[in-house]
Amino acid sequence: MFAYAAKSLSQGLLVLLVVSALAFSMFRFVGDPIANMMGQEATQQDRRELAEHLGLNDSVPTQYARFIGAALRGDFGVSYRQARKVSDLIAEKLPATIELAVLSALFATVCGVALGVYAAIRRDGWLAHLVMSASLVGVSLPTFLIGIGLIYLFAVELRWLPSFGRGDTVKIGWWSTGLLTTTGLKSLIMPVLTLGFFQLTLIMRLTRAQMLETMRTEYVRFARARGIPEQTIRFRHALKNTMVPVITIAGLQLGSVIAFAIVTETVFQWPGLGSLFVNAVQFVDIPVMAAYLMFVAFVFVVVNLAVDLAYFILDPRIRTGAAAAKR
Amino acid sequence: MSRLERLRDSDLWHSFTASPVTVIAAIVAILMVLAAALAQAIAPHDPFNPSTLNLMDGFTRPGEEGAGSGATFVLGTDNQGRDLLSAILYGAQVSLIVGIASVIFSVLLGVSLGLLAGYLGGRTEAVIMRIADVQLSFPAILVALLVFGVARGVIPPAYQENATLIVLVIAIGLSNWAQYARTVRGSTLVEKSKDYVAAARVIGLGSLPVMRKHVWPNVSGPVVVIATINLALAIIEEATLSFLGVGMPPTQPSLGTLIRIGQQYLFSGEWWILFFPAFTLILLALSINLLGDWLRDALDPKMR
Repeated sequence: MFAYAAKSLSQGLLVLLVVSALAFSMFRFVGDPIANMMGQEATQQDRRELAEHLGLNDSVPTQYARFIGAALRGDFGVSYRQARKVSDLIAEKLPATIELAVLSALFATVCGVALGVYAAIRRDGWLAHLVMSASLVGVSLPTFLIGIGLIYLFAVELRWLPSFGRGDTVKIGWWSTGLLTTTGLKSLIMPVLTLGFFQLTLIMRLTRAQMLETMRTEYVRFARARGIPEQTIRFRHALKNTMVPVITIAGLQLGSVIAFAIVTETVFQWPGLGSLFVNAVQFVDIPVMAAYLMFVAFVFVVVNLAVDLAYFILDPRIRTGAAAAKR
Repeated sequence: MSRLERLRDSDLWHSFTASPVTVIAAIVAILMVLAAALAQAIAPHDPFNPSTLNLMDGFTRPGEEGAGSGATFVLGTDNQGRDLLSAILYGAQVSLIVGIASVIFSVLLGVSLGLLAGYLGGRTEAVIMRIADVQLSFPAILVALLVFGVARGVIPPAYQENATLIVLVIAIGLSNWAQYARTVRGSTLVEKSKDYVAAARVIGLGSLPVMRKHVWPNVSGPVVVIATINLALAIIEEATLSFLGVGMPPTQPSLGTLIRIGQQYLFSGEWWILFFPAFTLILLALSINLLGDWLRDALDPKMR
């Protein structure tokens, strides 16, 4: 167990190191940090002082080490455009994105697994066929068009749901949540559906394929031969083994959840990290871009680690494999 | 036997005509590509020449006559009185150029790196494949956004508008090369141990000629399939970037830029400014996707 966790941890740290080097070189070599921060009236004297103050005269490795040290303390400098600390900006936008991402992942996993299991059990039913072909069309639709379609239907035509923003939010400490007000909940529906849709199709197809494969295995046939009821076989025996690859893929999908969150947040003007990042790209706000990159890499590494551990818990074969290797 | 007869006798042609969906997709795709390629010749108006625009024509409904010039606009006009059909033809052209160029770029990059990794092995392979792993773990759109943002910081503002197309091609190309590298490396590893490669080496050919003339023709099959499917993805990626406002500028719009413009008028009831570009994009992506799916099934011996 310990060796297993240490291995995934060291891999994650390597990824973080590479990404931080990338973020640092963006920070240091793209554009001129001094010109970006001082404006046009600055004198040569001011420039030299700021360069000294920021430590731009030190050697590159020293600067990189300082960058990492600052990043570990959560300090990513000051946004060129908004003149605020990047860490404050991220803390402010983080709750909106987390609520959106977690709810859509939950929606996609629950509905995806349920539909996938259904499509596997009633393989030739008309509903299963309908669901499968709908998922094919869904994969070729760009995310932003799904969002715009939903806005047109529910906000413009039916006027049921708000088309942008988070609605009213409640502050709990520094965390602002939209889950406790009616307008907040209403505002969540369309973004969650948009963001969840892509993952849903993927999880559903995967669950169906895995379930069909598991139902063909020896131990399921053996269980049937022993006269165990079909329902028990499906949900106690087959589903449990189906979940291992599904959880891996769902976890590894988190990268694309973040990517599609960028698009979804722009469509619905959701005040989260994704729209912060898109604005940063538009205005070449390098500190924000670098911090976002580091944040995504960090989330990625944490999720990968969690997926590896979940594997360990869910699949007894890996556990015994590790134990056998030790012996 | 002439080439045409050989084609009509081939398995590929048979599996093509056996699937009506594929035939329809191919016809749609070819028509759209032709229309986009000939945009300058067949577009009824020139949407980018301000002297021919009439602001009074703005927001003309599809099929109606403009209030200013009296001309008929089949798909209506946008806020500036630009003919939407012409704008879509030009926009599809930009989308296709970016899509095809970025696929070519990522194929060139991915195939060369994959061949190098598979053929040379050792440290070269380890470095290339690690980079590919890291790249694959980040979503394409995020990589493209980062490349785009960095390019904006590096290129002087005066050149930015003209450079956008090239920057987009590089950004999208750089976000998709890893898949080719992985596939090509895998099949190169298999081919490398075969006798014909050993024979080529024995007669004294260097690594590069062996890779280019002997290994590459034998590993190129899957690359064609991935490239077709990726063309649809690249077109969608470009549209997404342009929609986010970090792609083609409104003076040189792609389909994504047109959708971005159209979205602003969704609430005031001018649905056609959004609908027609969006429909064109979906049709283009879907037909290319279907062709790619068919090609994969037809070329994959396991599916036969």
